[in-house]
Amino acid sequence: MAIKVISPGLATTVQDLGRPGYYHLGIPLSGAMDRFALRAANMLVGNDEGAAALEATFMGPELEFTSDATVAVTGADMPVKLDGDLQNGWSSFAVRAGQTLSFDFLKAGARIYIAVAGGIDVPVVLGSRATYPLGALGGHEGRPLQAGDELPVGQGAGGSDGRSVPHDLRRLPGNPAELRALPGIYWYRITESAQRNFFEDTWKVAPEADRIGYRFRDGRPMEFVEREQPFGAGSDPSNIVDGCYPYGSIQVPGGTEPIVLHRDAVSGGGYFMLGTVISADMDLIGQLQPHTPTKFVEVDMETALAARHDRAALLDKVRASLA
Amino acid sequence: MKTRYSFGGDEHIFVEVDEEMSLDAFFKSLSMTNAVRDSQIKGVTEICPANASFQIKFDPDQIHPNDMLAELKSLEGSAEQGDTVLKTRIVEIPVLYNDPWTHETLMRFRERHQDPDATDLEYAARINNFDGIDAFIEAHSGAPWFVSMVGFVAGLPFMYQMVDRPRQIEVPKYLRPRTDTPKLTVGYGGCFACIYSVRGAGGYQMFGITPMPIYDPKQEISYLKDFMVFFSPGDIVKFKPVDRDAYDAAVEEVDANKYSPLMRDVTFSLAEFQSDIDGYNKKLEEVLHGN
Repeated sequence: MAIKVISPGLATTVQDLGRPGYYHLGIPLSGAMDRFALRAANMLVGNDEGAAALEATFMGPELEFTSDATVAVTGADMPVKLDGDLQNGWSSFAVRAGQTLSFDFLKAGARIYIAVAGGIDVPVVLGSRATYPLGALGGHEGRPLQAGDELPVGQGAGGSDGRSVPHDLRRLPGNPAELRALPGIYWYRITESAQRNFFEDTWKVAPEADRIGYRFRDGRPMEFVEREQPFGAGSDPSNIVDGCYPYGSIQVPGGTEPIVLHRDAVSGGGYFMLGTVISADMDLIGQLQPHTPTKFVEVDMETALAARHDRAALLDKVRASLA
Repeated sequence: MKTRYSFGGDEHIFVEVDEEMSLDAFFKSLSMTNAVRDSQIKGVTEICPANASFQIKFDPDQIHPNDMLAELKSLEGSAEQGDTVLKTRIVEIPVLYNDPWTHETLMRFRERHQDPDATDLEYAARINNFDGIDAFIEAHSGAPWFVSMVGFVAGLPFMYQMVDRPRQIEVPKYLRPRTDTPKLTVGYGGCFACIYSVRGAGGYQMFGITPMPIYDPKQEISYLKDFMVFFSPGDIVKFKPVDRDAYDAAVEEVDANKYSPLMRDVTFSLAEFQSDIDGYNKKLEEVLHGN
């Protein structure tokens, strides 16, 4: 069976839980920006949690099914329609051959995950079906979907419709959004007042926000601690000798607009980083729209680990509710 | 050199071997990442060597970040006395310097450059006190380069020239990054050369272009069949200036999938290199062109 792409939306790609192990060669993890939503969508249709699904950004695609299927849509709040009839989000429903799935305008969040029983069966490349468009790797021909594409669907275990993730277990960022971050790496490069300002200011998501990274603006420019630049670093005070970039790391080129690297991160470069968003809050970034007011909240390692455990516990509750 | 450790959130440890770039820092970083790989610390998911630093990604559900930090620190002592002899390879990369494609691109983004009235090559030659671009190209292609990091995007090599500090070329990056760079552009920023493996954004100065693909996600190119990325840290590169005819001929060979890079296995010794840099580089070139 297959899915025909009638219209692709703005940026729709095949994603799973990603491709670990090649970051040292510049090939990033990729995979769903909101991994929690991807896992939930797959659970709803009876797939392995890491099966490949579609991630659509800001705008939904229009998809025609060539045979019967079980489908679930999670993540952002975007009305789901099957041949024009509204369906519930975060719930599985049956699709008959020839029916068309489409979406209304986005209400909250940024990315939806469309899982189909059996998973999107594009070839596995370096251990994953995730799309990395910059490297033309994985997914459907290494790129976002286009009108006319046909996506193969794997053999499902036969998911059942009418299953639903309870409301209190669904997760979207608040307004203002709060992203918890651990200061570090080159934190000492900015002055104490710049350090304070970073956590005090309310930033706004800039239009340049994609799978590589999210840019933030509207905070105060940062002052650097004066020094003679080390050999090889470059002349700007925000420059370092090119090094590795952690996922979630916060770099501030020129000290003006912080960029938080995400699943398709560039693996390294020459800008200082002042810290890193904790792993528990990475999914939330994937649900931020441009212009969303955002506060960075300083945490320590124990808080970061506790947040990580909370998130794992939330996922366990979803598993239990759908078991 | 003073090694500095920092957590990158709850999943990474960032280790800076030295603030400034040197081959000593690169070798220590490489030796520590090799030690991490050999020690098979549980929970490690990514080991990423960089120019003068490295990064470990790990699963904090398997090992507490403080324990991971202690494990890394325990490896530092032995890495200090680490092997500075490297079994590697030397590869010749043909370059059409001053080519029409990077020239078209650099003209398109001139308002983002420090010197809008010169080309990137002219600018780099001038600020590094060369007598024109020919002398600059001679220096750029005259001594080999160490691949000191692979990354930014898939398969892009950062390279550090194997000459002493006073002869290192240094250039700033563009004032504002370009939104476009031709695929296989030979670029330069800070003290590093690079080859853009894919077309895309970039901030490095552009000096030329190579006909030799270094990344092939489809793995159809003969020498990229086994793995889609050509370079690894520790590779040695020698640039060879070619003219337009030789460039076009190489492109034809690549298109017919008959191109085969000139490369030879070689053992590199940091100590021997440092005791006679020019003599050692000459020997490397003999290896490259010998039988």
